[in-house]
Parts: sequence; structure tokens; C-alpha cells
Amino acid sequence: MKLTGAQVLFNALEKEDVDTIFGFPGGAVLDIFDELYRRKIKNILVRHEQGAIHAADGYARASGKVGVCLVTSGPGATNTVTGIANAFMDSIPVVVLTGQVATSLIGGDAFQEVDITGITRPCTKHNFLVRRIEDLGRTVREAFHIARTGRPGPVLVDIPKDVTRALIEEKDISWTLSLPNNGKKAPIEEGCAKALDMIMKAEKPLIISGGGVMLGRAWDELKQFVQTLNIPITSTLMGLGGFPASAPQWLGMPGMHGTYYANMAISHCDLMIAIGMRFDDRVTSKLDAFAPHAKVLHIDIDPASIDKFVKTHLSIASDCKPVLQLLNKWISDDKVAIPAAQTKVWHDQIDAWKKHAPLSYCQADKIKPQHVVDTLYRLTDGKAIITTEVGQNQMWAAQFYRFDYPNSFISSGGLGTMGFGFPAAIGAQVACPDRVVVDIAGDGSIQMNIQELATAVNYNLPVKIVILNNGFLGMVRQWQELFYGKRYSHSNIRNVPDFVKLAEAYDAVGLRATHPEEVEATLKQGLATDRTVVMDFHVEPEEGVYPMVSPGAALTDMVLSK
Amino acid sequence: MEVKENTISILVNNRPDVLARIAGTFSGRGFNIESISANITRNPDITRIIITTLGNRETVIKLEKQLTKIIDVLEVKDLTRVVAACREMILVRMKLTDANHEKIMQTIDTLKWKIVSMDADVCILEITGGKEEIDNALTILDKLGMDDFTRTGVIALERHP
Repeated sequence: MKLTGAQVLFNALEKEDVDTIFGFPGGAVLDIFDELYRRKIKNILVRHEQGAIHAADGYARASGKVGVCLVTSGPGATNTVTGIANAFMDSIPVVVLTGQVATSLIGGDAFQEVDITGITRPCTKHNFLVRRIEDLGRTVREAFHIARTGRPGPVLVDIPKDVTRALIEEKDISWTLSLPNNGKKAPIEEGCAKALDMIMKAEKPLIISGGGVMLGRAWDELKQFVQTLNIPITSTLMGLGGFPASAPQWLGMPGMHGTYYANMAISHCDLMIAIGMRFDDRVTSKLDAFAPHAKVLHIDIDPASIDKFVKTHLSIASDCKPVLQLLNKWISDDKVAIPAAQTKVWHDQIDAWKKHAPLSYCQADKIKPQHVVDTLYRLTDGKAIITTEVGQNQMWAAQFYRFDYPNSFISSGGLGTMGFGFPAAIGAQVACPDRVVVDIAGDGSIQMNIQELATAVNYNLPVKIVILNNGFLGMVRQWQELFYGKRYSHSNIRNVPDFVKLAEAYDAVGLRATHPEEVEATLKQGLATDRTVVMDFHVEPEEGVYPMVSPGAALTDMVLSK
Repeated sequence: MEVKENTISILVNNRPDVLARIAGTFSGRGFNIESISANITRNPDITRIIITTLGNRETVIKLEKQLTKIIDVLEVKDLTRVVAACREMILVRMKLTDANHEKIMQTIDTLKWKIVSMDADVCILEITGGKEEIDNALTILDKLGMDDFTRTGVIALERHP
């Protein structure tokens, strides 16, 4: 039997257990969409290709599966580039299928032609241009394999139109992966033995965990490790939810807007156990002053992340799950424990730091954005999936929604992409239809992919958008306030739309709160509504995110409040 | 740490875009390519690329790690730290005049250089050697009336694989 390229593509997706994709049609992918018409795979039709890639990203983060996005050539493909870079920075497994002009036209500046493999080479884990139908099936499977193995990441497959229309005998399709160098694993026993030795000797140990715990699905192992040895732990933005925020060992997030006690612990620990994290500059701030008294033990799946900026004393280049499993096994078999007396001074010191400067905010006449997040946490019992945009909204969400569960905080960490949160929430809601999904947004960010309201309403996705509306590009304004003499150059966006009317125009539900006493009722009403809801909270316009470490300063050099 | 020229050998799948991936990793990650040479190996599906780059040991380790992450890269070796033969080749065009003809021919004879093409007023020489040898040859030839030259990147092979 002969199959078209489009049929081979869907057969490949079925072999990868794909049941949902996020896509937008166009000329070069008409044959693929024609085949989709006959298939069981569900496509979520977005309103902009950037929405498709962020939704696939959010879907991947919420479900742990590979997200898939399907777009046309040229502008369809370039519209996904920001989202691809976003997934690349946060190591999210996504497969991007792009249409391409016919092979005979490639290189000739054809209509809607762009060299998308060239454009995305530096921001994909790998990419392919499939020139022959014989290679299509195998290539798509390789793309999934590469996306999800090792340090995950986005993989793009560019498929020319003639390849989607070409015919091939079913028996001539090759499905065998040809990736000889992929998936090599280094032994971990020796490193783990040395690591345990270091941990047992430490008087001031500190764990700093990151997104690798989520990607490696190692949260149970991490919890056991931390709680058995009773070691204080801080988690990076990408690591939130990898260890329960309500556990006594947890110190909150480190870094630029981290807690006082997390940053103090980093600055005074004698052993830093870094697990599945990469020492981003927003975490370390001034490198010379980062963990100056600590021996650094770094466990990360990507050897290139080790010794990149922070010098390690011991490193284990591995997925963190088997490392933690082995350490836990040894600890439990040999009944290993750090003597309480050895770390008592350290624990007492951390308790004192916690009491000195807990995360806080003051209620006032106007709604405080922290109050909105805090109330949302309470009303959802900490069980919602929270996505964020980027800026102040993101930091307040990270600080005041206390994440006890993995894969529940979905945020653009590395790239810092405004406009990510809402389409990501759509993807998360598609992946987890039974969970409450809330995008915590700013009035600036939400306008960057607002068109996806149509998508959410179209598929009856009960995504909730909480806009912390301060009339500013808030984080830009905060930096201008602190470092640019309060010259608010182009950060004032008070001529915002009426978000309630906007929601209604899309046939979503719009709610507004302008006074602190309305916050809880508005959130309750929004959460109880089984439709797409936009909640517009008019918050204190000049509220800042604190604590704050000035860019380039030492982590101990924190401004605790305005 | 000492900054010096490092010779890196990279085995890659022989695919059309693999050179762009390698070059992009250098430029995107802030490394510089001083010289490059590439051709197929005994297995025509695999290409060996030799790149020289300036940097200290730490820089080169970071570079090796980044190159190793490229899916089509099969092996990365720093040949600076093993016993390896390193050679470059130049082709040099000399303008021959009555004034320099004899001197040039004498020099070629003494230094055992090879003439690969010649007519009455122009000859092209082929010279291979280590980096210093080639630098020295160019200095000599420049004084004798060199018109132009082309220089390959370094090729290198380790003594014990």
C-alpha cells in the first residue's frame, strides 16, 4: 500500500503516542492538515503560531510528555522562534513541525520561504530538513527521541510540501533510529560515594535544586533525601514545586528576588549541593561573592553546565534521579545520619534569618498584588497549576504561591518571555483538564498573546487569567525607579484596554476588583466559573518586588523593602 | 592560565549542515576559529574537522563540552595535549623577473620546495610544514617577490589513537 508523506507523518506521531498537537494551518502544510481532517489526533487551533509553541511548551511541562506544534512555512515558522528559544532555555521537550516550500524551490526566495533550520540552529537541541519521503518516518521519531532524552529540548522538523504529497510503499518506510552517539551514560557510583562523604562532614550544608528535578521526575527522591538528612533546601524559579514549599527545610527561592534567608544561607554554607540546576546569573548575581565559603557539589545531566561559571569541588554529570536513588539507598541501608549536633548552629542560624526577614507585604487602601496571589493560594489550597507571564507578576507568583507539588509552576525562566503564560496555561489545561489552571499576568504581558482568548473560549478551556493591573510595565518601572532616577521612560501603559469588556468581546467572562475587600470575592467567583475567566485586579501602581539584589551585587547585598 | 593555540579534532556525521552547527557553536558561545580544515575519513559518512582556536585550558574544556552536545558530533579530541603531527600547506604565486629569477630558483632548490606550476613569468610553489616553518617560508618568499598565497588550516593526526 502506498502512503503519502502526510500519512507517514501522522503514523509517526501515533507511534510516539501523540494525541494532541497545537497548530495553525497555511499553504505549505495544507496536505498535512488535510490528513489531520481524517485522523483521531486532536489539534488545538491557536490564533497565532507563538501561541501554538508556548501552548505545546505548557502542555509538556504540565504532562511530562513531549509537546507538539505544527505550523506552516515562512512567517508561520518564524512566529515560533521565540517559543523555541524559550523551550530551549528551560530544557523543555517540544517537537516543532514546520512546513517548507517544495524541495525544487528551496533556496530561490520562494513565497513564504525561510531557512528555518538555519534560523533555529542556535536555539534548538537539533533540527532537521527532510528532503526525501524515505527519511520522514525515521526523522520524526529521532526528533522525539532527541527532544526527550538527556537534557531535553526543542527539536524542529522542516518538511517541504512535495515531501508531504509524495508517495511511498509502506514497506519502504524506515523507522529505525540512527543516533549512534545518543544516550551515553557515565557511571555515578564513585561520585556518589565521594558526595556522601562530603555531605557527612558538612557543618553548614545547603541544597539548591532546579528544573532538572522536574525534568528528571526526581521529586520523591529529593524529598526523601532532604527529609532523611534534614538539610536546608532552596529551589530556583525552575525548581519550584520540586520540593514542598510547606516543608520546614524549605527556604524559598534564591537569587535576585529570592528570600533573605535563602540568600544568606547560600552566602554562609560550607557545602552547596546543587541538584539539576545551572547557576543562572539571576541566581548567582556577583559570581565572586557567590557561596564564598562553600565546597560545591554539582549534579547535573549536562556536562556543559558543570564548571561553566561556578567552580565545583565535585561534580556528577548525570540525571539527578539515579544519583538521588543511589544516595537514598546507601543512606537507608547504612542508617546514615548527620549528627544533629554537627549542624545545630547552622539550623539555629537559618531559623534566626527566617525570623529576621520573612516574605511580607503591607495591606493598604489599594490592592496589593501579593495579597491577590496569597489569596489565590489559599482559595486553591495550593493545588492549582500556576503559569506566569514575565516581570513582577512572575516574581510575586513565585514568592507568594507556595508550591507543594511538582509540575505546577509553569514559567519562562531562562528566556523571560512576556506573553508566555496565557498560551502555556492553555497547553497545561489541555494536558490536565481536571486541574485548576491560573495564569498570573501583568497588564503588559497579557497583551502580548491576548488573541489566544479565542482559542481558550473555542475549546471551553476554563483557564483563569489573574491580571495584576498596575498600568505599568512593572519590572521595567521598578528598575527605572531604583537605577534610572525615576525616569519612567516608556514603561507607563495606563491607556490599557478595558479587560472586562475585552473578555466579553471574546465571549469569556470578565471580572474586576478595585478595592482590597473585593479580592477574595472576585477570585472565588472567577474560580467557581467553569469558563475562561479574565480577572482584572487594579493593584497599587508603584508596588515593588522585594527583597531585591541589585544587578551585579553580592547576594548578601539585599534591599528588603522600599 | 596560559592562552595558546589549541588544535581540536572533531569527528562528525557527514551532513550538509554540520559545519554550520560547529561554526555556530564557536561564534554563538564566544569562541574564535583561527583555522579550519575538513574532509572525509576512511568512512565517507564521517568527516574529520580540525580547528585551531586560541584559549586557555579552561576555555578549551568548555568548548569541548559544547561541541560534544551537537547531535551530529561523534567525537571531540584536544590534540594539543597528545602527541600529534600537525601540518599546514601553502600554495605561493611568485612573479618571476630577470632580477629575482635566479635567487628564487636557488632558494627553492636549497629548501627543497616544490614547483607545481610554472611559465616564463610566474611560478606556483607548494610548501608543507608546521606552523613556524610556514611562517618562515612566507617571510623569505615575501622578500623575493611573492605575489599571493593561499594557506590551508592545520591538519593533524595523533600518534596513538
